[in-house]
Amino acid sequence: MTTASQTALALDFPILGQEGLVYLDSAATSQKPRVVLEALDDFLGHHNANVHRGVYPLAIDADDRFSFAREQIAAFVGAEPAATIITKNATEAINLVRYSWGPGHVGAGDAIVLTEAEHHSNIVPWQQLCQQVGAELRWLEVDQEGLISLDQLDEFLADGRTKLVAVTHCSNVLGTINPVEEIVARARAAGAASLIDGSQAVPQMPVDFGAIGADFYVWTGHKAYGPTGIGLLHGRRELLEQMPPFLTGGSMIKQVSVDETSFNELPFKFEAGTPPIAETVALGAAVEFISELGIERVRAHEEAITAYALSALRQIPGLTIQGPPLAQQRGALVSFTLDCAHPHDVAEILGRDQVCVRAGHHCTQPLMKKLGVSATTRASFAVHNSTDDVDELVTSLGRVIEIFSGR
Amino acid sequence: MDDALYREEILEHYKRPHNFGPMEAPDRESFDTNPLCGDELRVMLKVDDNDVVEAVRFEGHGCAISQASASMISDEVTGIKLDDLARLDRSAVLDLLGIDISATRMKCALLSLKVLKSAAIGTLADWEPDTAEAVRPAGGTQL
Repeated sequence: MTTASQTALALDFPILGQEGLVYLDSAATSQKPRVVLEALDDFLGHHNANVHRGVYPLAIDADDRFSFAREQIAAFVGAEPAATIITKNATEAINLVRYSWGPGHVGAGDAIVLTEAEHHSNIVPWQQLCQQVGAELRWLEVDQEGLISLDQLDEFLADGRTKLVAVTHCSNVLGTINPVEEIVARARAAGAASLIDGSQAVPQMPVDFGAIGADFYVWTGHKAYGPTGIGLLHGRRELLEQMPPFLTGGSMIKQVSVDETSFNELPFKFEAGTPPIAETVALGAAVEFISELGIERVRAHEEAITAYALSALRQIPGLTIQGPPLAQQRGALVSFTLDCAHPHDVAEILGRDQVCVRAGHHCTQPLMKKLGVSATTRASFAVHNSTDDVDELVTSLGRVIEIFSGR
Repeated sequence: MDDALYREEILEHYKRPHNFGPMEAPDRESFDTNPLCGDELRVMLKVDDNDVVEAVRFEGHGCAISQASASMISDEVTGIKLDDLARLDRSAVLDLLGIDISATRMKCALLSLKVLKSAAIGTLADWEPDTAEAVRPAGGTQL
């Protein structure tokens, strides 16, 4: 394994040129490789025009680049471009499903299954829908090792009232990689739809929407080396075609008269207003960046760092790691608590050493309650990290312990 | 260890907080959270016939800054009138802490004062804006 500086140099993340910066917060947002910054700069500087409407060469060029990027993004996760909806973020993608698909498919007495480890973005929309229509939420419990039980899923599916199973592909706190193919298959067999939140998974492990077989799969650009302002919804085409529009306005129409409107075809039916054009193009560059590295290699690299981190952190007295014990069961992150210090104090002191970690509830308050903690500290890893970064983390944690359990 | 934020007195209050624990039949109480950190704080007051704070207890959990500030301010407000307590502003806590608090940690530092004031006035205290004034970023753009 190469050192941090060698890795960063080879991959060329400009921000990592800052002396001493140890970035361990990619699960919150990834840093951006130069190729992504250049794609943004190149598009806005040389090819910028609005899409869908122009007939002049510059606009046609912009359209082509936008369409090509959508194809790159769809291909990266094994989805069809026409069934790849560009949203503002993963949260909006989930809300699209909640508002467009939800009311026609979930009614009084029905149920939606979530896991206890969902991000608020995959809880609140469903909680709101259930309150609106008189349905109930059913929570798949996470066990001591952060794993869910397929037996419990079967129980929740048995009475036929469950209409949707919405689960994360990879937990942003526990790191747990859920068996999404199996979950989707069981949901389908019981007549329930499925939605997978791939916000953590897409940048770090092979994802094949077609093979997973889910009805909906959402993720976000900014955690996948792309810019903020773009999220994705991949859906089963027949389902998307039946669904009514979510947001309405320009671009998503075919014909508008003073009396009525007919809607555009997929994917544009769900993309009201000017889309994030430059961001889409830049995300195309981001997935190409990952593809060139090879997603299998990315996974192997990050799994090795995660294994190293698990092992190193286990040596620290008074430190408790949340989630599965083995790196192969996890995404590239480790959440932990220290007996002697609150996660915010840990993160603050680490921050003084330029070790950037996240502390708090990570938008998973139900999970925090289940774990019996108010917050955790989380270190997460990306392609540019190395075991040197883990060593820096461990050294800095030693400083925290010295401050808080001294005397 | 030279670390201004975690100076000895603050750590001392964090590890051994004053006035920490339950109170039987409080005259006033208030509870609030800091959603950023998941800090939770309940404050209970005993108040005499002249509206003077006789005793303060607090319960909850949180980071060193929020717990130490609760411990420190609880000593300060014991023996003062409810009206005076309700008039305290953020400087009361910040002066006690005696360190620079970043914008993101300000909520931690001020939670105890907010809950104390809420207990004093019997409703959630109006609060100063949580966010610091926006500051133009230093430096130019560079790529």
